[in-house]
Amino acid sequence: MSDTLIEVSNVSKIYQRGKMDVPVLESLNLTVDQGDFLALMGPSGSGKTTLLNLIGGLDVPTSGSIRIGSENIDQLSQGQLATWRSRNVGFVFQFYNLLPVLTASKNVELPLLLTGLSGKERKKRAQAALSVVGLEDRANHRPAELSGGQEQRVAIARAIVSDPELLVCDEPTGDLDRTTADEILELIQLLNKDYGKTVLMVTHDPKAADHASHSLHLDKGRLIEAQPA
Amino acid sequence: MKFSGLIWAAVYRKPIRSSLTLGSLFVAFLLFGLLHSVSVAFTQGVDFAGVDRLIVAPKYSIIDDIPLNYQRRIAGVDGVELIAYRSWFGGTYQNNKQFFSRWPVPPKEFLDIYPEFIIADEQREAFISTRTGAIVGRDVATAFDLKVGDRMPLIPNIWMNKDNGPWVFDLVGIFDGADESVDTNQMFMSYDFFDEYRTQSQGGVGTFVVRITDPDRTAAIAAEIDAMFANSSDETKTTTEKAYNQMFANQLGDIGFIMTGILSAVFFTILLLTGNTMAQAIRERIPELAILKTVGFSNVTVLILVLCESLLIALLGCIPGLLVASMLMPALSGAVPFFGDVQMTPLIYIQGILLALALGVIVGLPPAVRAMKLNIVDALGEHAA
Ligand SMILES: Nc1ncnc2c1ncn2[C@@H]1O[C@H](COP(=O)(O)OP(=O)(O)OP(=O)(O)O)[C@@H](O)[C@H]1O
Ligand SMILES: [Mg+2]
Repeated sequence: MSDTLIEVSNVSKIYQRGKMDVPVLESLNLTVDQGDFLALMGPSGSGKTTLLNLIGGLDVPTSGSIRIGSENIDQLSQGQLATWRSRNVGFVFQFYNLLPVLTASKNVELPLLLTGLSGKERKKRAQAALSVVGLEDRANHRPAELSGGQEQRVAIARAIVSDPELLVCDEPTGDLDRTTADEILELIQLLNKDYGKTVLMVTHDPKAADHASHSLHLDKGRLIEAQPA
Repeated sequence: MKFSGLIWAAVYRKPIRSSLTLGSLFVAFLLFGLLHSVSVAFTQGVDFAGVDRLIVAPKYSIIDDIPLNYQRRIAGVDGVELIAYRSWFGGTYQNNKQFFSRWPVPPKEFLDIYPEFIIADEQREAFISTRTGAIVGRDVATAFDLKVGDRMPLIPNIWMNKDNGPWVFDLVGIFDGADESVDTNQMFMSYDFFDEYRTQSQGGVGTFVVRITDPDRTAAIAAEIDAMFANSSDETKTTTEKAYNQMFANQLGDIGFIMTGILSAVFFTILLLTGNTMAQAIRERIPELAILKTVGFSNVTVLILVLCESLLIALLGCIPGLLVASMLMPALSGAVPFFGDVQMTPLIYIQGILLALALGVIVGLPPAVRAMKLNIVDALGEHAA
């Protein structure tokens, strides 16, 4: 028996391109249980990133509602949404988007700058997050001194440093070789299993999807349960 | 503030570019400090307050003469206590290695009116009684290794003498300044000898110097003197020594206007330069800014961060520029004597810093607004594209 963490009801997303309407998602429904590790697959342009951004509160639906935990995030203002994100969601992207002049530790600290934590406490938590991803000895390295896999680990540490319940990953291994990708996937799996994070991961890689507890297919804006491989 | 690390990081993200920007801002504010100080000194109005010495000069041109016989009429003005005069001698001495100004003056009246020239009593008496006598300031004496009793031949370039040869003066005294501000790079010689021996313009002087008894009435006395000679062929302009020195320099060109013109050009260039650099710096950082927003930085916070970055750069260029300008200021005043007491007043510092802040805002606001409006989804997508 598990609780529902994410409830997407009747969500549509229509982008405006010039005067043209571009419908991407149509009356989409989705529930994700707490502690789940869901892989989202589908052809390019099917709307995976769009859905992920809506659930992560980076964008708002054209219609429909999205409830995460006890919060109806489609009702929040931009500012409220920013605060909500900082407390409840960790993001991992294909491109790590680390700040090149900051050390790994300072990059991980970024989300904590918005909290009332002291500098010392921030540093301590960044260090803890770095040790979860196995990079405690790289804290003072700058991104340029790290490999792609290590950079992605720093990005993951940044995503978990404020201890959010939900982890949203958009093709986290899209830019990595097989071995490194597997290590990252194992790390994400660990965060799901041992740290209880609910994970939503978009991927093109069927092998990556194997790490998830189950997969969904998005096609032309509609969700289909993944066929057993 | 806890975001300061982020702002600094933005500044040294591209160290070479930042150094170039800071370098050009430094130069701009250095020029601002120097030129604006000069401009301020030259554009402030004539301040008669507390002044007890006035200069009576030809109204239209500093190279005109005024008749010596004005002396009696000026002396008759109520409140005038002492009167002296001087002319510009010009000429060259030796190899001219250090230029010093030379003035024919009436020795007694002149030294009475300028007590800041300190001279031994017997040398003063010798100056008054020696027809060909001259005195020099300590600067001149040191530069040319002169001592009392030396003869000083000057080659004329304005005033030929009746023998059509060099003017030879007997050095009868060396004076010091009462304090640092007194210019001792000068020579004074007896006006009577000068006037008799020259071939033209006899009976003319460059300016009168007048000491008055009541410093509260300075402005009124100045007006009265000028009124006396209005509509004559030699009209006068009576003003303070400071204002006269500025007028003198202004005849070379409208100093205030020139300085303002140069500064405007400099800052217009700086505005375009730093504006472009800031815009570029933000454009390059769009994915980073998107990440800040993703992890919860509000739009306003991002706006403020970018503005602070721009302000920081402006201040980092401004403050050293102003400090170095104030260090160079004495050298500037010294190099151009008639600039007089050009100073970096506190007001000039304040204006400089306000200018830097305005520059920071003008340059920072467009990219800051752009960063504020940045849509996360679009910005993240841009990277992949
Ligand atoms: N900001 C936007 N404005 C207009 N159209 C957009 C915007 N973002 C996405 N789209 C369109 O929406 C559709 C879905 O895009 P989305 O990025 O969600 O696809 P995706 O499934 O993540 O694709 P991929 O696997 O290539 O990442 C595409 O047709 C895309 O062109
Ligand atoms: Mg995508």
